[in-house]
Amino acid sequence: MNFNHKYFFLFPGLFVLIGILIFPIIFVVRLSLSGWNSYNPGLDYIGLENYIRLFTDDPRFWESFFRLSFLSVTTVILQYVIGFALAHMVWKDIKFKRFFRVLFLVPMMTTPVIMTVIWRTFFHESLGPVNDILSVFGVAPKWLTDPVIAKFTVIIVEVWQWTPFMFLLLLAGLLSLPKEPFLAAAIDGASPVRKFIYVTFPLMAPISIGAIIIRLIEASKIMDTVYVLTSGGPGTSTETSSFYIFIKGLREFQMGYAASMSFTYLIIMIISLTIIAKVLTKVLLKE
Amino acid sequence: MDKLYIFLKYFFIVVWTVFVVAPFLWALTTSFKDFQSVNGGVTYIPWVDFEPNLEGWKVLIKSPAKGGVDIIEPYFNSMFVTCTASLISIILGTLSAYALSRYTFKAGFVKNNDITFFFISQRIMPPIVLSIPFFLFLSSINLLDSLTGLIVVYIVLLMPIAVWIMVDFFNKVPREIDETALIDGCNPYQAFLKVVLPNSIPGLIVAGMFCIIFGWIDFFFAFILTFTEVQLLPVKIVALNSSVTPWWSLSASALVSVAPLIIVAFIVERYLSKGNLSGAIK
Repeated sequence: MNFNHKYFFLFPGLFVLIGILIFPIIFVVRLSLSGWNSYNPGLDYIGLENYIRLFTDDPRFWESFFRLSFLSVTTVILQYVIGFALAHMVWKDIKFKRFFRVLFLVPMMTTPVIMTVIWRTFFHESLGPVNDILSVFGVAPKWLTDPVIAKFTVIIVEVWQWTPFMFLLLLAGLLSLPKEPFLAAAIDGASPVRKFIYVTFPLMAPISIGAIIIRLIEASKIMDTVYVLTSGGPGTSTETSSFYIFIKGLREFQMGYAASMSFTYLIIMIISLTIIAKVLTKVLLKE
Repeated sequence: MDKLYIFLKYFFIVVWTVFVVAPFLWALTTSFKDFQSVNGGVTYIPWVDFEPNLEGWKVLIKSPAKGGVDIIEPYFNSMFVTCTASLISIILGTLSAYALSRYTFKAGFVKNNDITFFFISQRIMPPIVLSIPFFLFLSSINLLDSLTGLIVVYIVLLMPIAVWIMVDFFNKVPREIDETALIDGCNPYQAFLKVVLPNSIPGLIVAGMFCIIFGWIDFFFAFILTFTEVQLLPVKIVALNSSVTPWWSLSASALVSVAPLIIVAFIVERYLSKGNLSGAIK
């Protein structure tokens, strides 16, 4: 095809994106080498001091990072299992198929923070319906103020919010599968369980990898749900990396230090997601 | 065995349905409650457990001076920002996606796939990383607390989605239709506008829906980059949450704000059933 026109198609989008992003990224790196805070705003140069502080003297950052890993891996595994189960159930004909498909999609269309506001009232310890129903059994978990249970509340809300996205990706995948392998399995008289293990699941492997990676990327950004639901509390028990950087940077205005944390965080995210993608590809595709 | 399977299947579907619907039902009933039925213990069924009233909903259209919560302006702000950013992202993203799908680029070691990956990889960027430079950048050019500033930021969030969906979509549109158009005497732009685009409407709709979803549900950037001049809906409602606003008007405003996107769920399901989404996720 024609050679010169291709740049007219590609460049507007590419240059707008680079144009908007190039400044912030360079600026984060430069800012991370400065001691910008509320007393001393300005781009002075203090070398690697921020990074040294981060790696030697800030357990809170690493705790929040491991908490984030725990939360995002747990939610994504749950979302994958539930999402796959749901997609598999409404894949073939069941009654009210389209009604259930729409219904299962609805939570991802709702604004997470706004639904979290509702969840807060839902899990309210004395005025919420959950504890009211549980009081029949004589238990009253402290959904938002117990350090351990609060983590599970965050997981429940995240699973509610984002399982639909996993469901959508996996159902779209199921609907695009070729019919022949299933016919062959039917002729061989394979049971539903065997059909799932030997036909459906292997065929879905590439789509599963894609969906898990996409969800892990999105889950690793989790911050607004936490902000509204628990504000990172009680204490720091639900604080994630993004939320900690937010507190340091835009609440305490330690811009330089926050920039060094966010740059480190970005690098860790890129490396770990690449590794996870490689491992998943190996395991699921049995290469 | 089969019966057990079917029983478990429907059992699971019912449990999940209850889980999905529960917060909505709770919000809906709460929005009709008054002080006594919220704070005097948990109530569920209108007319049986409590006497419903419309106070929570009336407050939404009152002006703040009369003790109302003004969500009309944030509502239109949110719609304006989401639609404008989605439109720009779709236009730019579709053009780039078309180029990446039809032409070969090579600059050193950078090839088509690398450029596509560059676009999509912007989703990996945690918003917090961008928020600090954006905050300082927008304040230096006086766009902090303005709709324009937010639209610029949202383009970064949304264009990767548009490119991601449209590249895969264009890959499925046969090349022959462009080639036929070119042979018939169209130049590449006419071929794109008159032949390729009309054949890509399902893809454009799906991409548009996703841009609208991810634009509408964003809270973080709106929260950090706007204060008082411009307020978007999620920020407004979260602010209500931390103030003394009673649960009934909180629930009513939450329901009003999530309602428009429920329509999007129907549209997405329609295109899903037709098989138009399948290419987009591989």
